[in-house]
Amino acid sequence: MLTRSEFLTKVYAVEKGWSLDAYERAQTELFGPAPGGDSGGYRAARKVLGMAQADVVAEAKKANIRGRGGAGFPMGVKWSFMKPHPTKPAYLVINADEGEPGTHKDRTIMERNPHAVVEGCIIGCFGIGAHVAYIYVRDELHLSKARLEGAIAEAKAKGYLGKTPFGRDYPVEVYVHTGAGAYICGEETSLLNSLEGRRGEPRLKPPFPAQAGAFGCPTTVNNLETIAAVPTAFNLGCEEFSKLSALHKLGDGGVRLYGLNGHVKKPGVHELHVGVTLRELIYDLGGGVLGDRELLALIPGGSSTPVLKPDELVSAPDEKSPMHEWHGKSVMDIPLGVDTMRAAGTMLGTCCVTVLAVGTCPVLAMQNLMSFYHHESCGQCTPCREGSAWLDRIVDKILDGEASMEELDSLHDIANNIMGNTICAFGEGTAMPALGFLKKFRKDFEAYVRGERKRADATLLVE
Amino acid sequence: MTFALTSERERELEGLLSKYPTKMAACIPLLHLCQEQNNHIDDEVIQFVATRLDLPAAHVKGVVTFYTLFNQHPVGKHQVWVCKTLPCALRGAGNVIKQCEKKLGIHVGETTPDGKVTLRTAECLASCGTAPMIQVDKEYFENLTPERVDEILTRLTS
Repeated sequence: MLTRSEFLTKVYAVEKGWSLDAYERAQTELFGPAPGGDSGGYRAARKVLGMAQADVVAEAKKANIRGRGGAGFPMGVKWSFMKPHPTKPAYLVINADEGEPGTHKDRTIMERNPHAVVEGCIIGCFGIGAHVAYIYVRDELHLSKARLEGAIAEAKAKGYLGKTPFGRDYPVEVYVHTGAGAYICGEETSLLNSLEGRRGEPRLKPPFPAQAGAFGCPTTVNNLETIAAVPTAFNLGCEEFSKLSALHKLGDGGVRLYGLNGHVKKPGVHELHVGVTLRELIYDLGGGVLGDRELLALIPGGSSTPVLKPDELVSAPDEKSPMHEWHGKSVMDIPLGVDTMRAAGTMLGTCCVTVLAVGTCPVLAMQNLMSFYHHESCGQCTPCREGSAWLDRIVDKILDGEASMEELDSLHDIANNIMGNTICAFGEGTAMPALGFLKKFRKDFEAYVRGERKRADATLLVE
Repeated sequence: MTFALTSERERELEGLLSKYPTKMAACIPLLHLCQEQNNHIDDEVIQFVATRLDLPAAHVKGVVTFYTLFNQHPVGKHQVWVCKTLPCALRGAGNVIKQCEKKLGIHVGETTPDGKVTLRTAECLASCGTAPMIQVDKEYFENLTPERVDEILTRLTS
C-alpha cells in the first residue's frame, strides 16, 4: 500500500523551510488554525506541557511509534520505563549518530525540519520527567548541527525553551552534542559513554539506560526520527496517527521516512504511511533498477539487516501467528514493517533500502561490508574484535583466489562465534549479514575458491 | 611551548562547560576546538585538555586514539574524505577515489607535498541517496560526476 504523507516533509520543499516561520505555517496548513489564536508554533508541545505526565506517556503509547533507529522498540513503552528518582535528574538523549551504511534519512530531518526535532524533545522531556535533552549528532553532519542550533535558538527566543516554556513551570533545555567519528556510538550505551566524554565502548545491559544512563542517571535514548514523529502524533491524536499505518493492528503505527539507494534509478527519501511494499518502493517510487536490470538482491534497512533475494517467500505457517496472512507471499509484496520483515527472515532496520542489480558481485559487496565492520569494531569483545578482522581478511583472500574451501566454511564458524557472545549488538550486526550473504550466494563464493571467477572481473558498478 | 586556546575559543569553552553536569563531558567538544586551532592533537594538547577538565592525561589520550576524526599526526590544510562504504561503492566511489589520487598525485592516507590536501577514505557518511560523494573539511559534495570532482579539486589546490 503506497500512500504518501507530508507531516514531516511539507517544509522540505519550502524556501528556508528550516525556519520557525516556515514550521509554524506548515503546522497551520497541516492541522488547521492554532487553538487560542496564537501563532501555532509548537502547539503540540504547548498542549502537552498542560497535561499530566502519566497521560502523556499513555497517549504516546497509542501512537505505536516503533523506534526508527533500527531496533523498532515501541517508543511509548520505552518512555514508561522511566521512574522518578529521589536524587538524580532524568535525561532525554537523542541518537542522531546516523552511521548505519545505507541510511540517509535522519539527516534530512535535521537539515530541513529541525523544529520537529526540538518540539519532539520538549514533549519527550516532559513525558519522561527530564529537563535536559542532548541531541548527539555525528560530527561529520556539520549542516545538521548548525540547523539544529539555529532551531534551538529560535525556539528559545520565542519562549518555547528555557526556564518557563509556554509560561509553564517546567524548565526544558535542548543541547546539541557532537561525536568524533565512530559508528559504534550509534549503539545507545556507547553513545552515552561518548556523551560523557569517554571512549565509545558499549556497556553491558542490564542496567538499562532507564536505570543508569547518562551520568549514571535515568535516561531515555530515542532515535532522531522517532522523536521528530512525536509532534505529528500529538497534533493528530496519537491513535489517529497510528491508524494511518497499514500495520496499525500489529502495533507498528503512523508514517515514516523510507530511503532508497544503490542501483535504483531515483534514489532518495520518501515520507509514507507505514505499509508500503518493496516492489512499490523500488519500482513505483524508485523508477526501477538502473538500466532496467533484474534485481539481484536488496538490503532492507542498513547493512546490519540480512540481505534479501527477490524470489524469497515469507514463512509463517502457524495459523495463530499474526504474520500468517503473509505466509507464502513474496518478500517483495509484503508491507514493510518491523514485524513483517522479521517474518521474512531479516529486519526492517533503518528502513532505507540498498538495491543491488544483477551484474553486481555479491562477494565484493560482502567484503565491502566486512571491511566496514572490521574498521568500526570498538575492540572490547574478543569474538567481535578478532572475528570481524578474520571475516574481512578471509573474504579478501577468497577474492584473491587464495582461499581453500575449508576457509570459506570457516566463515560460518567465525560468524556464529560472534553471535550472542558480545556486549552489544554490533556482533550480530557483523555476523548476520555475513551469514546472509554466505547462505544466499554460496555458489559465488565457491566460484572464487575454485578459480572460476577472479576479482579483476568483478564489479559493484552496473553502468 | 605549551598549548593555549585563543581568547575566542576560551569563551566557547566556557559555553561548553555550562552544558554538562561534568567537566569530562566537555572532553570531545574541547578536543575538536583544540584541533581546529592546532591542526592535530599532540601531547601538549592532550595535557591542556587534561588539565582544564581535571582528567588524567591517559583518559584524554584514550579518547583521542578511539575516534577517527582526531588526528594524532599533522594533516593537510584541507582534508578530502571519500565515502567508500557499499551504497557509495555501488554508485562509483571506487572511481572517485582513483580520480582523486590521480589529480592530487597522492595515495589515500597521504598529504600533497605542499601540505594543502590530505586524501582519506571514510565509512558511510549518511549520503547514500546522493552517492557518490566526498566531504571536504566541513562541507559535503554529493551526486558527484567526474567533472564536478575535477572542479572541486582544482579549486582546492589552486
